[in-house]
Amino acid sequence: MRSQGPPLCSFDVLASRAARPRRQRYDIHFHDKKILLLEAGPKKVLEKLSETYSNRVSSISPGSATLLSSFGAWDHICNMRYRAFRRMQVWDACSEALIMFDKDNLDDMGYIVENDVIMHALTKQLEAVSDRVTVLYRSKAIRYTWPCPFPMADSSPWVHITLGDGSTFQTKLLIGADGHNSGVRQAAGIQNVSWNYDQSAVVATLYLSEATENNVAWQRFLPSGPIALLPLSDTLSSLVWSTSHEHAAQLVSMDEEKFVDAVNSAFWSDADHTDFIDTAGAMLQYAVGLLKPTKVSARQLPPSVARVDAKSRVLFPLGLGHAAEYVRPRVALIGDAAHRVHPLAGQGVNMGFGDISSLAHHLSTAAFNGKDLGSMSHLTGYETERQRHNTALLAATDLLKRLYSTSAAPLVLLRTWGLQATNAVSPLKEQIMAFASK
Amino acid sequence: MWGGGKLGSSGGWFLRVLGPGGPNTKAARPLISSAVYVKNQLSWMLQIKPGVFNEYRTMWFKSYRMTFSYLNRIKSFRYPWTRLYSTSQTTVDSGEVKTFLALAHKWWDEQGVYAPLHSMNDLRVPFIRDNLLKTIPNHQPGKPLFGMKILDVGCGGGLLTEPLGRLGASVIGIDPVDENIKTAQCHKSFDPVLDKRIEYRVCSLEEIVEETAETFDAVVASEVVEHVIDLETFLQCCCQVLKPSGSLFITTINKTQLSYALGIVFSEQIAGIVPKGTHTWEKFVSPETLESILESNGLSVQTVVGMLYNPFSGYWHWSENTSLNYATHAVKSGVQEHPMSAEFAFKGETEELQANACTNPAVHEELKK
Repeated sequence: MRSQGPPLCSFDVLASRAARPRRQRYDIHFHDKKILLLEAGPKKVLEKLSETYSNRVSSISPGSATLLSSFGAWDHICNMRYRAFRRMQVWDACSEALIMFDKDNLDDMGYIVENDVIMHALTKQLEAVSDRVTVLYRSKAIRYTWPCPFPMADSSPWVHITLGDGSTFQTKLLIGADGHNSGVRQAAGIQNVSWNYDQSAVVATLYLSEATENNVAWQRFLPSGPIALLPLSDTLSSLVWSTSHEHAAQLVSMDEEKFVDAVNSAFWSDADHTDFIDTAGAMLQYAVGLLKPTKVSARQLPPSVARVDAKSRVLFPLGLGHAAEYVRPRVALIGDAAHRVHPLAGQGVNMGFGDISSLAHHLSTAAFNGKDLGSMSHLTGYETERQRHNTALLAATDLLKRLYSTSAAPLVLLRTWGLQATNAVSPLKEQIMAFASK
Repeated sequence: MWGGGKLGSSGGWFLRVLGPGGPNTKAARPLISSAVYVKNQLSWMLQIKPGVFNEYRTMWFKSYRMTFSYLNRIKSFRYPWTRLYSTSQTTVDSGEVKTFLALAHKWWDEQGVYAPLHSMNDLRVPFIRDNLLKTIPNHQPGKPLFGMKILDVGCGGGLLTEPLGRLGASVIGIDPVDENIKTAQCHKSFDPVLDKRIEYRVCSLEEIVEETAETFDAVVASEVVEHVIDLETFLQCCCQVLKPSGSLFITTINKTQLSYALGIVFSEQIAGIVPKGTHTWEKFVSPETLESILESNGLSVQTVVGMLYNPFSGYWHWSENTSLNYATHAVKSGVQEHPMSAEFAFKGETEELQANACTNPAVHEELKK
């Protein structure tokens, strides 16, 4: 017996989305499934691409680009703007050690795309499939009613959601894609392992001193936190500088000139070097040179910064988070709702896209087998697959962050030698790149 | 039901009654095993009362193995197996009805008593879907079985009926147990799409044979034939309701030593994977028997493939080995056209031969010239 009330609209899949862009897969097995997307923000219509670049950018891996192109969003991005990078140099402030990632045939390693561009491409693509996907903007779910664990005669076996304006929906599967403060996760009572790093990230758009080919991504590990320069165009790059809360506040509020000087010296200064580490590093480098005389990566310096785009300096706090469970009966968490990571590896959004790819694949197989989409049997398959991948990446990123947050000599030595050794072993580097490109 | 519990003298010889006794026995009842040798039948049935294992366990297993090895040596192969008592008009077994009545509300608990049946869907739905898709030239994306009429016999709570409905077919599910149909109705009522595609009825197959003769593209009898009394009548009815060239899908359990040991002793009594009393070994059907009955009713068996359940992971797998569970796909013959086309082919051939005979002398003449 259904209770009397406003007419219930029933959907097969409902995704609750925060400002961060997500998307719905188009798949022939979902042909007659109804999908509803609840978007908290307003509809972002970009009439004309703005001249100024946005300060929030994401590094899109080739795997994510494949996903985006599989349903047509990548074409929209290509028509707007993006920047491919071919090399990545990561080095230490406390030593000469560095690691250089590139693909043998100089293929694109990844793409730097502004978040606004991605959002717009997705919105455009959603409009193209509006017969199957309904999007409700400025809507927020305020109450969730979960199905009984045991099938009971009178109660609905589906999830019911009530929105702020009073309308209710029922759905077979609720996907929570609402960011690291996920309402879906909290309402479902899923435990979240999380801690805050004592760091905030400062982002800005920087003008380079001179136009260059700019297809290299730079990252330097300072004791206070990593600073990264990501290419946006021949003359522009995006800055992501993770540092302590106080320093970040200072950076955001200081003069533009001082800020530019701070950025340049962060990349160029060798103040944190010590003789001991330099000698130890040189020793290993010599040994590596004996074993592998062919490949020698000399440390290159990133392009110098001339000025910063006014009003583009912003800071946001960093933390780590991982949900204990990604799925419950009729609920699945994807993206930041399930995991939150430090930006030092540029993997946050790519893990989210990986989640989407995996969930879509499992749901597609389930739909072709006539299964109820909210059934745990295939949702647990998604959870296992993604938890294995994400936990490894989260642990590695956290470890790197802690390892590089200190200038204590033993740890610096360890990481110097470790980095040099990893740089020397090409198969290992290739494995790392392959894992990160998925 | 298979009341014939005569302890034939030769039969009784192998089996020893393991009576109560021994200091530590917890058994209230003795563990009795008896073999019944029914004259004129070279089939053996074993009735083992569920009992408590005591320290005579090893002896029991040994005598049991001995029994079977003896049986195998004297049993002859390929004996057409017929049931002793088949005088009933219905194929429904009232004892079975009672067993299922007790569990009628538990169908849709995916981690509950019917969990193995839920996970069996991962095998049987693709099996049915793929074999039916072969007969559909262009299928609709999202509704691959659209336009097909399927009958699910012994649908229970609708575990298999609902996926087939979701794939676009119009399904009628029938079951003799009233409570099962109630549960199935209730469950499908929440989904408006399924509500329209699926229809449930409380009846047995024989009751609807008249009105639904030759109306179904496919009939599915999954985990059913091991519960019916009269297998021949049942399969005959299945054939009658099928359209010509329609498909019959059966999944059931083979009648072997292994299926006894694993399917009854292990699954029901030791591990509790299947509720006690669900299956009776005597009613298990071997693929050969099934095939012979199907062939005699005009159905040709296309596929027989084994299924294996992993109790630890809870998943089923396809297997070459059919000695436990297996699935069969049979197709009803397309009747009218075949004799005609054979005739035409024959005629065509004779005409060709005559034509060749005509040209040959001409060729010879030319060569001679």
